Amino acid sequence: MEIFAQQIFNGLTVGSVYSLVALGLTLVYGILHIPNFAHGALYMMGGYITLTMMTKFGLYYWIAIMISMVIVGLMGVLMERLIFYPLRDAPPIQDKIAAIGILLFLEAFAQFVWGADYQTMPTPYGQVVSVMGLTFTMQRLLIIISTVVVMILLFLFLKKTFIGSAIIAMSQNREGAHLVGINTNKMAMLTFMISGALAAIAASLSSPINLVFPGMGHLVILKAFVIIIIGGMGSIPGAIIGGYILGFAESLGATYISNDYKDIFAFILLVLILTFKPTGLFAKGGHS
Amino acid sequence: MTARFKHKAVVLSIVLLALLLPFIIQNDYFFHIMTLSFIWMIGVYGLNLIAGYTGYLSLAHAGFFAIGAYSLGILTVKFEIHYWLAFFLACAITCIIGLVIGLVALQTKEHFFAIYTLCVGYIIYLVIDKWESLTGGVRGLIGIPVPPDLGPISFRSPVSQYYFNLFFLLAAIFMMYRIVHSLTGRTLIAIRNSEELAQTIGISTMKNKLVSFVLSTFFAALSGILYASFIRFIGPDISYITMTFDFLIFLLVGGIGTLSGPIVGTLLIVWISQQLQFLQDYRMLIFGPLLTLLIIFYPKGIVGGIFSWKMKMQEKKKRLSMSAKSATQRAEEG
Amino acid sequence: MFLETRQLTKQFGGLVAVDHVNFSVEKGKINAIIGPNGAGKSTFFNLISGFYPPSSGQVMFKGQDITRLPPNKIAKLGIARTFQTTHLFEQANVLDNVLIGFRLRTKSNLIDALFLTKRLKREEEQSKEKAFEVLKFVGLTNMENKIVANISQEEKKRVAIALALATEPEIIFLDEPAAGINPEETEGLANLIEKIVQHNITVCLIEHKMKMVMNLAHKIMVLNHGKKIAEGTPEEIQNNETVIKAYLGGSAIA
Ligand SMILES: Nc1ncnc2c1ncn2[C@@H]1O[C@H](COP(=O)(O)OP(=O)(O)O)[C@@H](O)[C@H]1O
Ligand SMILES: [Mg+2]
Repeated sequence: MEIFAQQIFNGLTVGSVYSLVALGLTLVYGILHIPNFAHGALYMMGGYITLTMMTKFGLYYWIAIMISMVIVGLMGVLMERLIFYPLRDAPPIQDKIAAIGILLFLEAFAQFVWGADYQTMPTPYGQVVSVMGLTFTMQRLLIIISTVVVMILLFLFLKKTFIGSAIIAMSQNREGAHLVGINTNKMAMLTFMISGALAAIAASLSSPINLVFPGMGHLVILKAFVIIIIGGMGSIPGAIIGGYILGFAESLGATYISNDYKDIFAFILLVLILTFKPTGLFAKGGHS
Repeated sequence: MTARFKHKAVVLSIVLLALLLPFIIQNDYFFHIMTLSFIWMIGVYGLNLIAGYTGYLSLAHAGFFAIGAYSLGILTVKFEIHYWLAFFLACAITCIIGLVIGLVALQTKEHFFAIYTLCVGYIIYLVIDKWESLTGGVRGLIGIPVPPDLGPISFRSPVSQYYFNLFFLLAAIFMMYRIVHSLTGRTLIAIRNSEELAQTIGISTMKNKLVSFVLSTFFAALSGILYASFIRFIGPDISYITMTFDFLIFLLVGGIGTLSGPIVGTLLIVWISQQLQFLQDYRMLIFGPLLTLLIIFYPKGIVGGIFSWKMKMQEKKKRLSMSAKSATQRAEEG
Repeated sequence: MFLETRQLTKQFGGLVAVDHVNFSVEKGKINAIIGPNGAGKSTFFNLISGFYPPSSGQVMFKGQDITRLPPNKIAKLGIARTFQTTHLFEQANVLDNVLIGFRLRTKSNLIDALFLTKRLKREEEQSKEKAFEVLKFVGLTNMENKIVANISQEEKKRVAIALALATEPEIIFLDEPAAGINPEETEGLANLIEKIVQHNITVCLIEHKMKMVMNLAHKIMVLNHGKKIAEGTPEEIQNNETVIKAYLGGSAIA
């Protein structure tokens, strides 16, 4: 029972990170209908920038995270301007390949600047806590709480502000949004900004547990894709719930099935889903 | 007619050059690089068929390359099966796995297909990496045999390896040429253009996509098999996504959806990589942006770029001669 | 009955795009479907040609139930269609676009391709002949080598029709063939449609240009909110109260 509770807790931690990454991916998909294959690279950059801010500039953890969010957010905007905007009417194969190019570049860049080694990110929340038989570091608790806070803030932004509701309107109907005078260009840039910032905070929160290295985004992005397909491409609640579901499935699977193959669960799940629902769960459209 | 003749002459002279190269240059390292390029090209043709001609970006290509390579490795090293039987079985195994995966994967479209195959590729990688008892895990497989002697011909020297792999490359190109220029090829291109339209004119899109996909896994397998018996050592990294990205870069630089693209792209990138040896792991600093810029400005790569440039020149010529003609006409009338 | 729909219905979530429509196509005639934007006309075509599975109801063609057949099988039976927006391969030339239309009547496969068999050569020749034939039919002789991206909107529409004709259909469904085309060109297109019928190919068309429909059609069905609200000859439709109301109440049509 204790193991089970411990695994639920771990699942919650892992799921939080997945949810944040998937949220960024799904927001972009909702607005532009493109799967951003370079999103994992933004996640990786988020980890490195926070790390550098802390170790090289001696900044406090939270300050470093803020800076990282801004920088990676801007990188997202740049990506939208330089790649996705020019390719908006191109055949669908092209934006994916362009994104892959950016992904390759950013990984090589990270390796060039920071080296290929695995690095640990220091955290002011390293202390180990024991509550009711559960043992965990404060960092894990922090991940869970921060994620919830970020989600609430995002929710308030999307629901209660004019800009937020414009983003929602645009994801529901791009032409319509354009007609009622929403600046769709600005909204797309803003969405990429948010998406990048979410990736950065996710990486910064998880890095003290998971290490920082050039390929750290690979698995996370793949799983985020799985999540948004499970949750419905473009769906915000879907990304959140899907993230947690995958987190739980993985940490329970690792304990009760096989630790070696824990990374495979997500992909098998996806393969199964797409096998039976080729357009994903909760697909919109007429091919029912 | 003359254009076609010129085309044939160019192709023939290139083939001749490839055949005579060992008599011109005598440098083992050079042959090693060329042979490796030939092997990559076969794999790139496979990707070209499914992504370039059919419009489905398969990101599991390295996975199939690795299944081919590992099948040959395991069959020859662990089960000590005769090389050519193992060769054949490795192709068959890959195609069967390709068929099963294709049957499901091709139900999905566009980004779903890309993500699906990305995940399939990752599953293949994980299985190869973790299934130690079969694949040797991270340690890989060592001592994969070269092809057995064929009468007096041995495949141990770099030059004989060069010819051996050139033979398969030429066969692959020949197959691709025949396919692309047949009704089957036209059918695939129609699917790439618009699957909806293809269906309304009575094309069974699923059947044709499946043929294309399985054939692309066959080319990947062939490439992997040749790789395994050329390098004679394989590790799980050959199935990793970065390997698929390498294939993709070769294809895109040369020209996706063109017949000569895979040759041009592979030679160029392999050659540049050799020049950039000092960059090693950082070569993506250059190739990454190159890939992005190409797809934005030259989505059909170098070959496509040359083609459209030629077309423009022809148009210009035509317009010039037309305006000249009408000018003389006017002059005559006036 | 040549082609008919029985209680054909399509729901998208809560929206009933096509609502229990009974319709029969008159063989050898020009049949037209009109109705305001969003009335469900294109969806009706998509149901017949097999693109969407209907929520309920049936489609019968020459006594055969084709309701659940995939689009490619339906095409093989002799039902062709064009799309509201042409899906042509813009970077290829006109001939290459049309040539593939005969593919469904050919048999050569991958093996034929690899060994360049006699059958493949013969069928390629046939496809080419067919393409030239239909291009001539639609009035695009000597246009074979033009790149589709460089030809006019009206010519593209003709290419799309030629492609549909290359499948050797018995009936052809045209979705707004005259949309985005100027009045003179529209007349030319109307002539082409009449020519198609004269060659024993039944036509069923969706069109917004009332004058064209009233002049061309032998039989008209009016859809509104997915429901059939009237059916009859052009005169009957023009004098039908419900139709007039629907149009005055709905979006303007001209
Ligand atoms: N794939 C689809 N998914 C959801 N709704 C659709 C789909 N296709 C059409 N519709 C809806 O069905 C209705 C009828 O559309 P359509 O058949 O295109 O009308 P028309 O061709 O008469 O203008 C519209 O309200 C449209 O929004
Ligand atoms: Mg319509």
